[in-house]
Amino acid sequence: MTALTPKTEAELAEIVASANAPMRITGGGTRPIGKPCDGPVLSTSALSGIELYEPGALTLVARTGTPVSEVEKTLAKEGQRLAFEPMDHRGLLGTTGEPTIGGVFAANVSGPRRIQTGAARDFLLGVRFVDGTGQVLRNGGRVMKNVTGYDLVKLMAGSYGTLGVMTEVALKVLPKSRHTGMLALTGLSDTDAVRALSRALASPYEVTGGAHLQNGPDGAPLTVIRIEGFENSIAYRADELQKLLGAFGTATFETDADRTTQRWREIRDVAMFHDAPGDVWRISVKPSDAPGLVAQVPGAEALYDWGGGLIWLRVPEGTQADTIRNAMQATPGHATLIRGAAGAGAFQPLSPAIGALHDGLRAKFDPKGLFNPGLMDRAA
Amino acid sequence: MDMPNPNPLILARKAKLIERLEAVLPPEAVIHDPSETRAYECDGLTAYKCPPLAVVLPASTQEVSDALRICHEMDVPVVPRGAGTSLAGGALPTEDSVILGVAKLTDVLETDYDNRFIRVQTGRTNLSVTGAVEEDGFFYAPDPSSQLACAIAGNIAMNSGGAHCLKYGVTTNNLLGVTMVMMDGTITQIGGAFLDAEGLDLLGLICGSEGQLGVVTEATLRILHKPEGARPVLMGFDSSEVAGQCVSDIIKVGVLPVAIEFMDRPCIRATENFAGAGYPDCEALLIVEVEGSDAEIDEQLETIIEIAQSHNPVALRQSSSDDESKRIWLGRKSAFGAMGKINDYMCLDGTIPVSQLPYVLKRIGELSQEFGLDVANVFHAGDGNMHPLILFNANEPGQLELCEDLGAEILKLCVEVGGCLTGEHGVGIEKRDLMLHQYDPADLEIQMAVKDVFDPGWLLNPAKVFPLQSSDARRIAAE
Ligand SMILES: Cc1cc2nc3c(=O)[nH]c(=O)nc-3n(C[C@H](O)[C@H](O)[C@H](O)COP(=O)(O)OP(=O)(O)OC[C@H]3O[C@@H](n4cnc5c(N)ncnc54)[C@H](O)[C@@H]3O)c2cc1C
Repeated sequence: MTALTPKTEAELAEIVASANAPMRITGGGTRPIGKPCDGPVLSTSALSGIELYEPGALTLVARTGTPVSEVEKTLAKEGQRLAFEPMDHRGLLGTTGEPTIGGVFAANVSGPRRIQTGAARDFLLGVRFVDGTGQVLRNGGRVMKNVTGYDLVKLMAGSYGTLGVMTEVALKVLPKSRHTGMLALTGLSDTDAVRALSRALASPYEVTGGAHLQNGPDGAPLTVIRIEGFENSIAYRADELQKLLGAFGTATFETDADRTTQRWREIRDVAMFHDAPGDVWRISVKPSDAPGLVAQVPGAEALYDWGGGLIWLRVPEGTQADTIRNAMQATPGHATLIRGAAGAGAFQPLSPAIGALHDGLRAKFDPKGLFNPGLMDRAA
Repeated sequence: MDMPNPNPLILARKAKLIERLEAVLPPEAVIHDPSETRAYECDGLTAYKCPPLAVVLPASTQEVSDALRICHEMDVPVVPRGAGTSLAGGALPTEDSVILGVAKLTDVLETDYDNRFIRVQTGRTNLSVTGAVEEDGFFYAPDPSSQLACAIAGNIAMNSGGAHCLKYGVTTNNLLGVTMVMMDGTITQIGGAFLDAEGLDLLGLICGSEGQLGVVTEATLRILHKPEGARPVLMGFDSSEVAGQCVSDIIKVGVLPVAIEFMDRPCIRATENFAGAGYPDCEALLIVEVEGSDAEIDEQLETIIEIAQSHNPVALRQSSSDDESKRIWLGRKSAFGAMGKINDYMCLDGTIPVSQLPYVLKRIGELSQEFGLDVANVFHAGDGNMHPLILFNANEPGQLELCEDLGAEILKLCVEVGGCLTGEHGVGIEKRDLMLHQYDPADLEIQMAVKDVFDPGWLLNPAKVFPLQSSDARRIAAE
């Protein structure tokens, strides 16, 4: 079936208003996470274009179908960027197409810099969306600070198109750092690596990335720490961090911009799992809980990001969701199946009280049950 | 400012309510004598006062749950209260409501430096959260000027900001998890000591919901290691426009200061008389603070000063010691106190796109003339969060109303230029009736539908945030 691709917000609203059967809401369709619904595809990909960009106010407003690449190119011209470093899922999921800025926020996609600067949802200032009755609604605005009424902006971020179809997003952008550097330690156990990362992140040296690869490029464990800023200050902080981490070995310091950027892009996009078989889970936990959790899952390979707080876990294909859920029983946090065939069961189960709030919100925003029913593992 | 009439049926049930509350709470935790409930008749918006039916001060999450369940069963409205410093009337009671205060919930439950979080009960004051970790070199970033008094409970409910949020974000960006009691007494957990709670972002929704969705009793907060150092530079300009342009240029160049604060001449003069910080007598003054090691600070300040020089400042004072830094901040920190000494004032809180600063300042000046009330400006310029202070005399009949009318005009102006009614203080009762200037009825309807889900009986802080006529049907249905 061909996708419905309205070219204007009004057209989209009309489609929704007259619809009475479930639809699969997508942006570029590059991040199919969780159980898709069977209905026709309604895509925002034709709602494209940057509508406002004020570098001096650090704000950009774009239609949700605008390609992420177009946003990034526009920002780069002014020396700015999406600081939360959204991942490109295409390599990991084997999808094609053009990731959209709306999709980034709908899935709250944040990369390595999330530990220091915040998640996608922290950069979303305002939304326009079409609710399940076809009304165009808005919340937030285009200013940095806004507590006028409830923050539905946060609610829409990470709602996977289950509450409404976002048509426009206003976001905060930040200046690019002038320079980047990276410290690397090799051969650490997972536990020591997370300890080292914790020490770096609990320092005043403004670490903007902290990751550990069980299998680095040469097969040995690799722990990397990113620092960004003015040239002198990077050199200074690298020096201080090397001293601070002395107990974990001698950290090498890489200042080549291309190599550093490349390494962090690979971590962001979980490149090490692109060509490796198996299912991939994304798990958010307290960093110090991470190594113990990984050790409990048989046959698993881990990439730790966010100082250990984010685990990308590759497990044998078809591993039951229960295996992961059981391992997490005593560990606060949440796990989502990003690559794999489990369908339902991909999202973290919710407590009855919180689940009831989810169902209640979905019923209010989408009373006809049109938007991605079943997704996020709530009964349609 | 209208408040709904108290429900006589609830007033008539007072004795029964007290009896039931006293059955589940220690006697000293239930206050109902009018001479004592008066202490809770208002918050920081002191122009509006109304003693509540009763006050409960539970000492545990379970006691909060017990108290809420009883109020729920008896259909009694509940107004959650932290420290009562809200400037928006968020904690203002009605005559038929119970104030549920979290002032006794002040414990630190867990500190974890490796994982960089602290878990506290929400009655704890903002400053004493930092106080619990600062000896070990850590701090909790959001720092409202009221931090000595205000509680984490109110910070979460209002999504409060502070001078340093340009770099560190506001409450919502530093909140990892909560324990929240629903109006029917159900205790829920959302998020925890990990990033990005599961499912829909309820944490983001609750933060800033002004006590209308649930009562938050515990919070997991992100803590950070203190920077090695911080130093401000102070610069004076002979016009607000130029100061505004300077702010924009600083932001564009790529240094990210922790704070950019702005004061205009009326404010500078008042604080000089009060605090004697030695500020230059000029049209507009900026305080820009950066962080890092000494060398890093120097490097950043050099860039900032270069930009400032290109705008021909009439004064430029770079701090090179802690002492100097303190003096530079002294005036800014005592600005509100200083204004309070010379006048009654109303503090507005609209936010505007930074690019609109010069225009908005000019328009505020014109409006001030039109209304015949002085307005002083002191605010977080980096993120466009303005705090125009309207000076008036509360003892002169009609002045409060005149002041409110001018306030409304200024806030409408903020919305007109692409901004919003409130950047950090919240809507409460103060901006409630202006909401339709920012949002269409349908935009408010969906927000009220969210409250329907969390609090179907509209018992939690019901007469706030939404214009009374918009929420009328729901509040009346609840009676
Ligand atoms: C001099 C002064 C300076 C200020 N400076 C700033 C500033 O720089 N930045 C800023 O953002 N604000 C500032 N404020 C405003 C105020 O301090 C903040 O809004 C603060 O967060 C309120 O906290 P509180 O504990 O006093 O809350 P309260 O005033 O008691 O309540 C505020 C709101 O929170 C709700 N609430 C309270 N407890 C709970 C709970 N447990 N669960 C759910 N809801 C609850 C209440 O119902 C009410 O709606 C200032 C106020 C003053 C008086």
